[in-house]
Amino acid sequence: MASEAIAHDHHHTSEKASWNGAGSPFKASYGKLMMWYFLLSDAFTFSGFLIAYGTLRFSMPTWPVPDFVFRSFPGGIHNAPLLFVTLMTFILLASSFTMVRAVQEGHQENRMGVVKWMAWTIIGGLAFLSCQAWEWTTLMGEEHMTIRTNPFGTHTEQGVYLEGDGAHIKEGDAFHAGQSYLIHKHGDEWLPLKYKVSEGPDAGQVKQQSFGPKAFGALFFFITGFHGFHVLTGVIFLAIIAINAYSGLYVRRKNGYEMVEKIGLYWHFVDLVWVFVFLCFYLL
Amino acid sequence: MGLSYSASKTIATKTILILAGITIFEVLFALLGKGILVDGVHFPFYVTGFVMIVFSVVKAYLIIYEFMHMKYEVPALVKSVLVPTLLLVWAVIAFLVEGRNWLNNRANAHNDIRIEQAVTEGTHQ
Repeated sequence: MASEAIAHDHHHTSEKASWNGAGSPFKASYGKLMMWYFLLSDAFTFSGFLIAYGTLRFSMPTWPVPDFVFRSFPGGIHNAPLLFVTLMTFILLASSFTMVRAVQEGHQENRMGVVKWMAWTIIGGLAFLSCQAWEWTTLMGEEHMTIRTNPFGTHTEQGVYLEGDGAHIKEGDAFHAGQSYLIHKHGDEWLPLKYKVSEGPDAGQVKQQSFGPKAFGALFFFITGFHGFHVLTGVIFLAIIAINAYSGLYVRRKNGYEMVEKIGLYWHFVDLVWVFVFLCFYLL
Repeated sequence: MGLSYSASKTIATKTILILAGITIFEVLFALLGKGILVDGVHFPFYVTGFVMIVFSVVKAYLIIYEFMHMKYEVPALVKSVLVPTLLLVWAVIAFLVEGRNWLNNRANAHNDIRIEQAVTEGTHQ
């Protein structure tokens, strides 16, 4: 039908053919297009989470300072602000690069090239997940942060400590407004330190450290957890597609390893989300 | 696509290096802004915030346009994916303003309680 019409009126036909589903106006396959729209909807989900985070953070007089909360590094290092999360970012960025390489090898129809670079991407994803596991273990196990308790508080006044915690804070140490602290836990008992306010309307009063914004723990674990869940599913799908690629399935499909391209889109999106999780939780 | 294999390889390498460079800059700037790198030097929250957001958007652009190949898609596809995200600009602004308002309301309520206590104790003029 289309070829008949072409002879009569070229312009008229191409329009008609498009309306009949013959053309592909976006020059992308159904699967690839739907991956884009899935990612768009997923972007809205993540935005909902991050906007909730921003709204709650803006509604609090103080918020735990990220340079204070995220300063541990494997090997017993406790004074390396943001170093570990920067490492995690680099791991994810590197795995995005290896994913690009896998897609490029796919366009070249180089079967073993695709498998090799996908294997590197899987290793990157697993390394990222391991880092996240360590980060969570430290926060929950050593610093006792849970989805309901946030021991990371921030001073709103200037003052002097009346007791020490036996580690970082000594009796008589002065602090200023905006300085964060971690309330220690001994057994089942929380040990907030007493201090004397030295300036402002409450000068001279004795107070004790209070817990930080309660929502912080839930927001942190749910948002980074939801991202980690995306990385995990990404790794699983990467593994399935890598095995398929190795088996020669995509050679037979003769479409330039389009499946690798689709999982590539997903994987880059996970990296993209991390850019904004990194921005909201660690940089700001 | 239209790009040769070696050309696209070069672009990928260049893009990853730029992304890594921006990340290092962002982390150093965040630490500098909070007064951790150099004693006594720190920037207000809106300065660091603005710089960080701009550079994060640049990173997002590089990932979407180069890694996800959005640059090489037809304009209609690009618009159908990117235009809806403009709604988020409104959502972010609206909700952050709302959050700031909650803070003010809470602070006002706290002040009212303080004044009431002072009045009952007879210390308020």
